[in-house]
Amino acid sequence: METIQTSLGQVNVASIIIFFVFVAITLVITYWAAKKTKTTSEFYAADRSISGFQNGLALSGDYMSAASFLGIAGMVSLKGYDGLIYSIGFLVGWPLVMFLIAEPLRNLGKFTFADVVAFRLKQKPVRIASSVGSLMTIVFYLIAQMVGAGALINILFGLPYELAIVIVGLVMISYVLFGGMLATTWVQIIKAVLLLSGATFLVIMTLANFGMNPITLFEKAAAKYGDVVLSPGGFVTNPWDAISLGIALILGTAGLPHILMRFFTVPDAKQARKSVFVATGFIGYFYILTFIIGFGAMVLVGQDVVSYFDKGGNMAALLLAESVGGQFFLGFIAAVAFATILAVVAGLTLSGASTLSHDLYVNVIKKGKTNEAGEVKVARISTLMIGALAIFLGLTFKGQNVAFMVGLAFAIAASANFPSLLLSIIWKKFTTKGAVSSIITGAGLSVFLIILSPTVWVDIFHNESAIFPLKNPALISMTASFFAGYFVSKFTKEKGAEDKFEDEKLRTYLGVGSE
Amino acid sequence: MGIQASSIKDILESEKFKELVKKRLRVSLSLTALMLIVYFGFILTIAFYKELLAIKIGEHITLGLPIGISIIVFAWLLTGFYTRWANNKYDKSVRELRNEILEK
Repeated sequence: METIQTSLGQVNVASIIIFFVFVAITLVITYWAAKKTKTTSEFYAADRSISGFQNGLALSGDYMSAASFLGIAGMVSLKGYDGLIYSIGFLVGWPLVMFLIAEPLRNLGKFTFADVVAFRLKQKPVRIASSVGSLMTIVFYLIAQMVGAGALINILFGLPYELAIVIVGLVMISYVLFGGMLATTWVQIIKAVLLLSGATFLVIMTLANFGMNPITLFEKAAAKYGDVVLSPGGFVTNPWDAISLGIALILGTAGLPHILMRFFTVPDAKQARKSVFVATGFIGYFYILTFIIGFGAMVLVGQDVVSYFDKGGNMAALLLAESVGGQFFLGFIAAVAFATILAVVAGLTLSGASTLSHDLYVNVIKKGKTNEAGEVKVARISTLMIGALAIFLGLTFKGQNVAFMVGLAFAIAASANFPSLLLSIIWKKFTTKGAVSSIITGAGLSVFLIILSPTVWVDIFHNESAIFPLKNPALISMTASFFAGYFVSKFTKEKGAEDKFEDEKLRTYLGVGSE
Repeated sequence: MGIQASSIKDILESEKFKELVKKRLRVSLSLTALMLIVYFGFILTIAFYKELLAIKIGEHITLGLPIGISIIVFAWLLTGFYTRWANNKYDKSVRELRNEILEK
């Protein structure tokens, strides 16, 4: 290998300045937002003042995590075409969010998706079960993000892991605690614009080396590493594995609490659908960019150098940035990656706090009887609790292999949150006991099966062979969750819920009475 | 909004409302099915007939490349198609029905 010259891991002045400018601007926005954040509707849903286009950008900001930016670019740089297969799985969930969930969710709910599941069922059991599904999804996602953040910042800036975790935690808590949903939304929007323009610029600078023609880039890659990089490789070896992962990614997207929560920030169903159209466009565009970035790193940086810095290829985009744009551009992309993590964990924390305060405290403990000021206060305390938990988890899981937790979060979202949400929207005879069984079956099986799967049983516990064959459990856990919801509802008739379904239709389809 | 129970029932039982709900479900479910067929068709092709995607259409470029990118674009176009349908057709019927409710 040639000698590698990179400033990766050293203190990068450009990066630190850009990052501080980002934090400063977002904190000013938080200060502005704090003045407009007094009621519950303002805290949880930005007073439904976000436009469809803005929400679309914010949704894409929520979804384009540093893991997908650095991870997918890295995967493409090392495996070529297989990285594209992976990112397609992440995208195709979005049309389903639009066709099945977005509008009824907006019309029926108030602040959390549990509002919709519990709409005509018994509040207490359904809220408790939904919260379990929600919080499990959020916690596993948070662990993966926080640990990734600490490790990334450590490599990028040479900052100690623990310090990085605490900085991310404190800044993120300030956004949510003071500025609520309005600040969180604007942080997402700014981050999405930075990430999309940064990635676009990186692609332009890369393609400038290939006469602005991506085909030339792909051909150079094939000439260097063989035609295998342009066709499917080992990503899909077992079709059942691929189907199960596909289900987790697609239906999981439609069950992520921090994504679903965003639909309550727009004024009506029309803006809700517009936001999915905008989000799908930006996310799709972003995945096409990461594909080109991955190939750029493969050719211009080289697979040996990419895997030297990180076996999974996570540094590919950054190494490419340095190779085409020098230290300053590396600093810019690194700062964007840092900002990306901040924004994603802020969204997760807000959605966790909404679950704790709106679902558990207000609707279970207080049985729906609280005043505005009291609920906002509880929401803020919940924010501190989830924020502290995020920091604690980040410190606890240092150095652990947590990559599987994103897959697990998607599996739980697909198996616990999505089935109960969909059945409550479209099926008249869905009952309280059916909903609770569906959620518990889905969440429980997801965790139980992933422990016995090759992902944990072999890769983490180092056993010889796995007890459960699939790497992601969603195929089994999602199916079981739908069956549990269906059969238990069949055996437990709930007259009240059936009657309310007819009235609910007016709200689901016409938006009459929506908040 | 003071809507009387009887007029709610009228709306819910009107042919127009039933037609709207049916149409909406039909569009949502067919588009969902279409997306799932395309995606899982792609995944199963990779699983069982990888060679198809490795077919060369240029000196090095494979058929898999435009197909993969097309799925991303297709997903987006599908959301655009639905948005157009909902904005033009669905919302129009919703407005009409809502006005009927408000008149009562």
